Amino acid sequence: MQITLSVNGRSHTLDVPENTLLVDIIRERLRLTGTHVGCDTSQCGACTVHMDGRAVKSCTVLAGQADGASITTIEGIGTVDALHPMQAAFRECHALQCGFCTPGMIMTAIDLVENTSQLDGSTVREGLKGNLCRCTGYHNIVKAVLSAADKA
Amino acid sequence: MGNPVTGIGAAVVRREDARFITGAGRYTDDIRVEGQAYAVFVRSPYAHARIVEIDCAQASEIPGVVAILTGDDMQADGIGSLPCGWNVTQKDGTDMRVPPHPPLATGHVNYVGDPVAVVVAESLETARQAAEAVAVEFDELPPVVDLATAQVSAEIHAGITHNLAYEWELGDREATDAALAGAAHVTRLDLVNNRLIPNAMEPRAALGIHDAATGEHTLYTTSQNPHLARLILSAFVNVAPEHKLRIIAPDVGGGFGSKIFVYGEETTVIWAARRLRRPVKWTADRSESFLADAHGRDHLTHAELGLDAEGRFVALKVHTVANLGAYLSTFASAVPTYLYGTLLAGQYRTPCIHVEVHGVYTNTAPVDAYRGAGRPEATYVVERIVENAARETGRDPAELRRLNMIRPEDFPYQTPVALVYDTGNYEQSLDRALELADYRGFSERRRQSAANGRRRGIGFACYIEACGLAPSRLAISLGAGVGLYESGEVRFNPTGSVTVFTGTHSHGQGHETTFAQVVSHRLGVPFEAVEVVHGDTGRIEFGLGTYGSRSLAVGGSALVLAADKVIEKGRLIAAHLMESSPDNVDFEDGAYRLKDSNRSMTIQEVAFASYVPGNYPDGLEPGLSEKAFYDPENFTYPAGTHIAEVEVDEQTGVVSLVNFIAVDDFGRIVNPLVVHGQVHGGVAQGVGQALLEVGRYDATGQLLTGTMMDYCLPRADDLPDFVVDTTVTPCTHNPLGVKGCGEAGAIGSPAAVMNAVTDALGVPDLAMPATPEKVWRELRRQREQA
Ligand code: FES
Ligand code: FES
Repeated sequence: MQITLSVNGRSHTLDVPENTLLVDIIRERLRLTGTHVGCDTSQCGACTVHMDGRAVKSCTVLAGQADGASITTIEGIGTVDALHPMQAAFRECHALQCGFCTPGMIMTAIDLVENTSQLDGSTVREGLKGNLCRCTGYHNIVKAVLSAADKA
Repeated sequence: MGNPVTGIGAAVVRREDARFITGAGRYTDDIRVEGQAYAVFVRSPYAHARIVEIDCAQASEIPGVVAILTGDDMQADGIGSLPCGWNVTQKDGTDMRVPPHPPLATGHVNYVGDPVAVVVAESLETARQAAEAVAVEFDELPPVVDLATAQVSAEIHAGITHNLAYEWELGDREATDAALAGAAHVTRLDLVNNRLIPNAMEPRAALGIHDAATGEHTLYTTSQNPHLARLILSAFVNVAPEHKLRIIAPDVGGGFGSKIFVYGEETTVIWAARRLRRPVKWTADRSESFLADAHGRDHLTHAELGLDAEGRFVALKVHTVANLGAYLSTFASAVPTYLYGTLLAGQYRTPCIHVEVHGVYTNTAPVDAYRGAGRPEATYVVERIVENAARETGRDPAELRRLNMIRPEDFPYQTPVALVYDTGNYEQSLDRALELADYRGFSERRRQSAANGRRRGIGFACYIEACGLAPSRLAISLGAGVGLYESGEVRFNPTGSVTVFTGTHSHGQGHETTFAQVVSHRLGVPFEAVEVVHGDTGRIEFGLGTYGSRSLAVGGSALVLAADKVIEKGRLIAAHLMESSPDNVDFEDGAYRLKDSNRSMTIQEVAFASYVPGNYPDGLEPGLSEKAFYDPENFTYPAGTHIAEVEVDEQTGVVSLVNFIAVDDFGRIVNPLVVHGQVHGGVAQGVGQALLEVGRYDATGQLLTGTMMDYCLPRADDLPDFVVDTTVTPCTHNPLGVKGCGEAGAIGSPAAVMNAVTDALGVPDLAMPATPEKVWRELRRQREQA
C-alpha cells in the first residue's frame, strides 16, 4: 500500500506492505534509528514516538494507521546544540545509563508534562509505567521529569 | 589538587548522554552495511529431544532465502564447542564435568530455545517465513526440569552421572560440625534463590562481516567484553585467527552479565558471513532473549547458623544445589562456587564456615552471571539466616549484627572461606543507615500502618561483596582460564589532547566521563581534552571487559599506571628542555616545575616537543604514549547496610516498598552522580528479584515466563524514591582507593526486602518473589489458623 506521512516535519510517500509497523518504517525505511525496539509484545515503550501530538508505541501502529499522520521521533525534538528541555533535564539529572530506553522515555515524558496539569512523584511514576528501564531504577527519571515540568 | 568541577570526586554530567538523548546512539542493530543478509534461528520447541532430521527442502525454495545452515555444517567447517572459561575442581580432586556445547545443536537439543539451524535471507521477513518452514523432526526425550530432583533423574548428557557438573566444597567441615554441635542455639533455614532472566533493554544482536580479500572478520556485537569474546572465538571455537578477527561492541544497551558470554548465535553469525560471503545480521526478538540469554541465580539452599549464649556466631554450614541449565556457559561454573562460597562470612567474625555446592544440569536455559553473580545469593543466605537468628533468640536484628561484625581494628581480616578483606568500617554504614531509616520511629510507624489495615515490616542486609575481579594468579590457581588484569593506554596527541584506550566496556556505566575525570585529574589537563575509547579490538590492545564491578578498580587503575608512565617520560623531556636534571623537576597540576627556580612548562608543551624532537634527550624515543597492564593484588570489598521498609495490604496481599535506604562503602568515589545511579539501578533489580521477578518452567520444560507480560520487570510505579548515601574507607591496594559500585544494589536489596516482608508477615520465610498471590495465601492461612 502507499502511505504518506510527515516525520519530523518532512513528508514521505512510501510503498509498504500492509502489515508494516510504524517502528519499521521509522527505523528501516527512514533510518531514524533513535527509536528503539525492546520487545515484541508492546510492553517496553522503547519505540515510543509522537503521532499527531500524542505518545504512541510505534510497534503497535500499522502503516495504514499512520497514513496522513504527523510523526515526531526523538530526532525531531531537539539537537545537541538546542536540546528540548526534557532532553536537558534527563542529562542534568543523570536519568539515563545505557540510553536504550531513553528516547522512548523522553517522548512519553514530554507527552506526560504537556497533558497533565498537576504532576508529582506518584503521577509521574504512574505516567511512566508503560516504559521499562532496566538501568536507572527510575529514581532519576522521575526527578528529571519533575524538573522539566517545573520549568515548563 | 585536580579540578573541583571535573576532577576525581566531581558530579560531572555525563558526556555520552549527548548522543543518547538525541537519538544518535549507535547500537548494533542500528548498523547496516551494504549487501547484508538477515539471520533467523530455528529453535528447539522441546526441552530435551534427539534431532532425527532437519528438512530444509521446502524452506529453501522460498525466494530470497540465501542459505539454511545447521550444526553439522558448522562442525564440517571445523567450528568447535563453546567452552566454559573456569574449571572448578571437585571435592574429590577431579575436574568438573562439561558436556559439549555446539553453537548450533547437533544430535540433541537440551532446552527450549536451543538453536538448531539458521536461516539467512535477503530480508528479515523472508528469513522468518523460511525459519517457520524448516521442518525438524524430533524424538522427544524425558526432560529434567525440577532442580530438587535433577540429581536422581535421567541423565541429560551421556556419561555425566546424576547430572552433576561438580560437587565442590570450601571451609572446614569437621570444625563447623563440631561448633554447631556445641552451639547454644542453631537457626536452620531452607531458601530458594529464584531464577531470574536478565532483560537488558537492548536485545542481543550481531552483524558479521567477512572480507575475502584480506581474510578479515569483523563482528559488531552486544558484548561487555569484546577482547574476551575474540580470544574465546579464536582460541577455542576456531572461528578465525585472533589477528584476523575484530570485534566491535558499539553502544550496548545494558548487560548486567548477560552480555559477557560467548553464545551460539553470535558465533554462528560471523561464521555464516564467511561461509556465505555476505554480511549477516541477527537481532534477537525479546522472546528469544527470554529463551536463550543466560539466566541468573536459581539455587536451593539449606543453611544452619550456630550462636553461643551471648549471640556470637560460632559456625555457619551451607549446602546449595545450583542450577547450571543445559550447558555450561562461559563463566557459569565460577558463579555458585568462587563467587558465592567465598562470600559466606559476610561482615561477620564467624570462625567456622563450611559450604558444599552441587552444580547441576537441567533441561533449561544455561544459567550464568547476572548482576552480582553469586554474591547476592551468598548475601541472601547470610542475611536471611542472621535475621531469623535474631528473631529466634529475641535480639534486635541490628544489634545482633553489630555484635558479630568485623571491627575496623580486625583488618586485614582472613575469613574462614579463603578471602582476606583489606579494609572496611561496617558499623559506620550500619549506624548511618539506622539514622536515615529513623529506626527508632519504626514501632510508631508500624502502629499507624496497622491502624490502616496494613502490616509494616523492616528488614536489614549488611552485605559484603568481592569485586574488582581479579588477581590473575589467584584466579588462575582456582581454575580461571584467563588472567583478570586490565589494560589501558594513555596517548598524548601532538597538539596536547589525550586519547585514552581502555579494555573495559561501558554499556551504561559512564566510563567515557568517569575515566576522563581520572586521567585529566592525574595529568592535569582539561577534562574536555581527554577522549575515552573502548569496545573495539581493532583500536584497543587488549582487555578483559566489564563485569564484577571491576572497571574502575582494575581498568581505572591501569589508566593511572599508564598516565604515571607518561608523566615520568615527560619529566625526562621537561628536564632536558629546561636544562636541568629529572630529579630537579616536580610535576603538579599539569606542569613540570624546576625545584630551584620558577621555570615551568606544561605537559602539553612537553607532548608537542616529544613529537617534534629537535631539542630532545639523547636515546629517548619520540612520542608520548604509554601502555600499562594492572593486575590487582586482591579483590576489593565494597560493603554496606541496606534497610527496607514495606507495607503489606491485609486484603490484597500487595507488598509496597515504602522506604529503601542504601548506605554503601565503595572506597573513594570518582563521580557521585554516576555512583548513585548505579546503586539505584542495582536496588531496582534486587527489589525486582524480591517482589516481582521469577523465571519459571513447567514440568515439560516450557518457559512459562517468556514475555514481558509473564515475567514481571519493575516498572516506575513499583518502586519508591531511594535514599542513598556512602561512607568511605579507601581500598588499600589500588592507586585510586576505589572498590566498585555496579553490583552492590542488587546484592544487598533482596535480603533486606525479604527480611522486611517476613517481618511484616511474622513468618520465618517466604520464597521470592513475594507476589500478591503468595502473600495473600499466607495471610489467608494465618486467618484460618487464628
Ligand atoms: S518495542 Fe516494546 S513496546 Fe514497542
Ligand atoms: S537507561 Fe538503560 S534501559 Fe534505561
